[in-house]
Amino acid sequence: MTAWESVIGIEVHVELRTASKMFCGCPVVFGDRPNTAVCPTCLGLPGALPVTNGIAIEWLARIGLALHCQIAPSSVFHRKNYFYADVPKNYQISQFDLPVCTNGWLDVVVDGEEIRVGIERAHMEEDTGKSLHQGSGGRIHSATSTLLDFNRSGVPLVEIVSRPDLRSAVQARTYAQDLRALVAELGVSDARMEEGSIRFDANVSVRPIGATDLGTKVEIKNMNSFRSLERAIASEIDRQINLVEGGGVVIQETRHWDEAAGATQGMRTKEGSSDYRYFTEPDLVPMVMVPATIERLQADLPELPAERRHRFAQLGLDPQVVDVLSGTEPGLRRVFDEAVALGADPVMGANWVTGEVTAAIRKAEATTADIPFTGKDLAELVTMVKEGSLSSSAAKEVLAAVIMGDGSPRAVALARDLMQVSDEALIGAAVDQVLAANTEAIARFRGGEEKVLGFLVGQVMRATGGKADPKLVNTLLRQRIT
Amino acid sequence: MPIEIDIAHVARLARLALTSEELDRYRSQLAVILDHAARVQAVDTTGLAPTAHPLGLTNVFRPDEIRPTLDRDEVLGQAPSTRDGYFEVPPALEGA
Amino acid sequence: MSLADLTIAEAGAQLRSGGATSVDLLDAVIERASFTEAQLHCYLTIDHVGARSAAESADRELTAGTDRGPLHGIPLALKDNFCTRGLTTTCSSQILAGYVPPYDATVVSRLRGGGAVIVGKTNLDEFAMGSSTENSAFGPTRNPWDPERVPGGSSGGSAAAVAVGSALGAFGSDTGGSIRQPASLCGVVGFKPTYGLVSRYGLVAFASSLDQIGPLARTVGDALTLFEAVAGHDPLDSTSYPGAVPEMRADFETGPKGIRIGVVSELSGEGYEPEVAIAMTRTLNQLADDGAEIVEVSLPTFELALSCYYLIAPAEASANLARFDGVRYGLRIDGETVEEMMARTRAEGFGPEVTRRILLGTYSLSAGYYDAFYGQANRLRTKLIQELAEVHQRVEVLVSPTSPTVAFELGAKTQDPLAMYLSDVCTIPADLAGTPAISVPVGNNHQGLPIGLQVMAPALGEAVMFRVARAVEERAGFVARPPMAGPP
Repeated sequence: MTAWESVIGIEVHVELRTASKMFCGCPVVFGDRPNTAVCPTCLGLPGALPVTNGIAIEWLARIGLALHCQIAPSSVFHRKNYFYADVPKNYQISQFDLPVCTNGWLDVVVDGEEIRVGIERAHMEEDTGKSLHQGSGGRIHSATSTLLDFNRSGVPLVEIVSRPDLRSAVQARTYAQDLRALVAELGVSDARMEEGSIRFDANVSVRPIGATDLGTKVEIKNMNSFRSLERAIASEIDRQINLVEGGGVVIQETRHWDEAAGATQGMRTKEGSSDYRYFTEPDLVPMVMVPATIERLQADLPELPAERRHRFAQLGLDPQVVDVLSGTEPGLRRVFDEAVALGADPVMGANWVTGEVTAAIRKAEATTADIPFTGKDLAELVTMVKEGSLSSSAAKEVLAAVIMGDGSPRAVALARDLMQVSDEALIGAAVDQVLAANTEAIARFRGGEEKVLGFLVGQVMRATGGKADPKLVNTLLRQRIT
Repeated sequence: MPIEIDIAHVARLARLALTSEELDRYRSQLAVILDHAARVQAVDTTGLAPTAHPLGLTNVFRPDEIRPTLDRDEVLGQAPSTRDGYFEVPPALEGA
Repeated sequence: MSLADLTIAEAGAQLRSGGATSVDLLDAVIERASFTEAQLHCYLTIDHVGARSAAESADRELTAGTDRGPLHGIPLALKDNFCTRGLTTTCSSQILAGYVPPYDATVVSRLRGGGAVIVGKTNLDEFAMGSSTENSAFGPTRNPWDPERVPGGSSGGSAAAVAVGSALGAFGSDTGGSIRQPASLCGVVGFKPTYGLVSRYGLVAFASSLDQIGPLARTVGDALTLFEAVAGHDPLDSTSYPGAVPEMRADFETGPKGIRIGVVSELSGEGYEPEVAIAMTRTLNQLADDGAEIVEVSLPTFELALSCYYLIAPAEASANLARFDGVRYGLRIDGETVEEMMARTRAEGFGPEVTRRILLGTYSLSAGYYDAFYGQANRLRTKLIQELAEVHQRVEVLVSPTSPTVAFELGAKTQDPLAMYLSDVCTIPADLAGTPAISVPVGNNHQGLPIGLQVMAPALGEAVMFRVARAVEERAGFVARPPMAGPP
């Protein structure tokens, strides 16, 4: 009985949210009326010529640097020649053997284990137009005609190809999610799968464990969510293993993930494999990297996710909390970092951020940017809870009020009279007062009725107008009557 | 030097629906031209880089700025077939 | 003498002295067209309304003292592969029959901005592929010096129009010689600039790394004027030269004294008509008399230039012409599937020469052949460029015939593609090198057919090229007036 290992590589296409397209000045728009953001260049009219968007190239280099890639000293564009109705020139300007970025990696954490996924290359190309297949199902095979919208044609597209370093569908999903988060954090793309601004294809093969040669790989397309990506890859691995164990042979092909069927389907095989006849794009000139530019881009990189994970771990946070906090919206993470810088307890701060604060913001149907909750506020809140001047439940109420704009936590707590008293002497005095008036209860407690303690705590809370720290009350009562 | 040119394959790659007579004619014409052109193969070009731009230009970029787009009516006006603001074509046999 | 026989310089002077109006000039060329077009077929489209409007506007402005420059009010013709907004642009192909571009080529914008009057669009070999204008889908253009003969190509319509006077000047495009060779066969001046000096934005691409736009005119001076009006960096063309256009007028009339002129041994011999060789010798003697130094030079890579070209140009063309697929514009032949529609449209829409080159180009780029063909040709191109640069350290310019022959008869070379391709042996090297080259008419053969001589210079060496060309023109004293233009 053979033990199998799956070998997976992921190809990602990221649409950049530059103001203008890759090779022309048309705006990068989403959801506009069809064919309203086009010009001779992105429409492939006779006589049109491309001119490279310099910012798009910088952003590609940023992505590459964030993935620890080498930036090529000299790089060129190629024509990738193939006929398709939404490819207006019937060639796509892309990069072939001299991509801008090569040889990088991304560290991801799966089941508590950090794995390094190699990045083979990241290159620049232009997106195609959109085909809407008319007829039942919107699929190619049953279509009666195709409608074409070229608004998307020419949008800058970065293709990132990983090495086949992934070994499970879960690993692949994690890698995809982390890459998505990185790209979004760099600010170069909206990176939303549901909008198509980030797209994933997988290359899957299997081999016996211990084998060094790679099995035949199959390309999987049409995975439209992270969940379906994981399901599709897992399904394909099963299919291949079953096939090979049954004496069959895996054919190199492209398969389409069918969500409804829960399986990958073979697509109609094209006549022969694609011969893209790549040649250097004669309408564009070579790009020579300027070291000063690379230095600037490197210096401008934000903290990378792996670096951040390590930093959070150093603060003493649990791995699960690190995970959740890392995935939190950047604005909220900034609030946390500011609070810690101001002296807030990191563990408590992280718990508040990932728990109550996130819930409160969601309830208010807002994002961190919209609400007046700052790192200073978090620090104040956490510190007040830690030193006992706010009970947890009071703190929740204070939080909600701060988010609504009622002021700083201390101000709100004071205004609503929520401050707890934690002064031992003061509470001690109240405790003594209550005990003096409830000697019968003391006797019953000493007689074994634990519940009486609750009654006594309640009495002290009433005597202090609800402001005593209940924990402290409890402690002091026990001290006196045990 | 190529002896056999799979002209049908080349015509498919180039999306040209040619008759078999045409294919035959073009195949022999291509063979003659390529025979002549293949003289370049005898030349020693080791150490030479292919010409990218005759004047050696590099690093031509444009700023990330928006320029006017075309008027959609003018664009669609030239199209053989449109529907609701889209270009319309017969269905595709294959995916991209 | 008809106004249609004026040079641009003379016409400009008349406009400013009040001797003629722009409308007068337009009327004269239209009249010339009216009695030559039936036979010559230089034009595919004459824009009567637009041209008249531009001429009237020019007259109003010049009267009011607004002078847009030397082309203001001058009637010009443009090759029909230049995109002109609102005016059909067919590239002489069925696949673009009736196509009206929604934008102007940069060159066209600059000409309009300079107040030029665009008379119409001239005939060409389909998609600029050819050397005789017989590959036009709309019928050939005929040579004004002998209508049974070709005007050359691919800018045959532009060359013939200037020769016969149905335009005072014209523009064409040159990829393997398509401006210079027809200029030579029609007895006019034709100039291909340094690659990158004139924007290609809006020129329907044939071979991107070779195509250049350039002028055709009666005189070298006119060609210079036309060139200056359109030259200069264009941010819409990435291959456009970013530096300043060279200064070209200072030494224009200085003469060839002290210039070292290279005679390329590879561009002579078998295949060159005797009278062409004689005209060449005569011109060289004249130049030597005027103080130039004639030097024999050898450029072995020139022997392979034709082969090199036919591995590069069709490859780039095969990709440039892929966009003609019946989807967004132009001809569409229906099919059950989009693949079928595209394949039928292209088979119907393209003529045999274009089809041949697309097949050739596709093949030379295809898997397994790329390196031996396209890759090797581009390395050889580098070698040619280096060899030429080295020779230019010893000589300022090269002189050669523009074409091995004078105008040949219609149909003489259509059966043998290779024979047709050989028309370009002299002109192709300058396209591969990206260097400037100009054809100057120097005389007629015994049949009255014009002979042209070519002057080539290093990249950005337009100044010395124009200087020598002017000297050649001055001594040749050629009269650019075919009998068909009527009595003077």
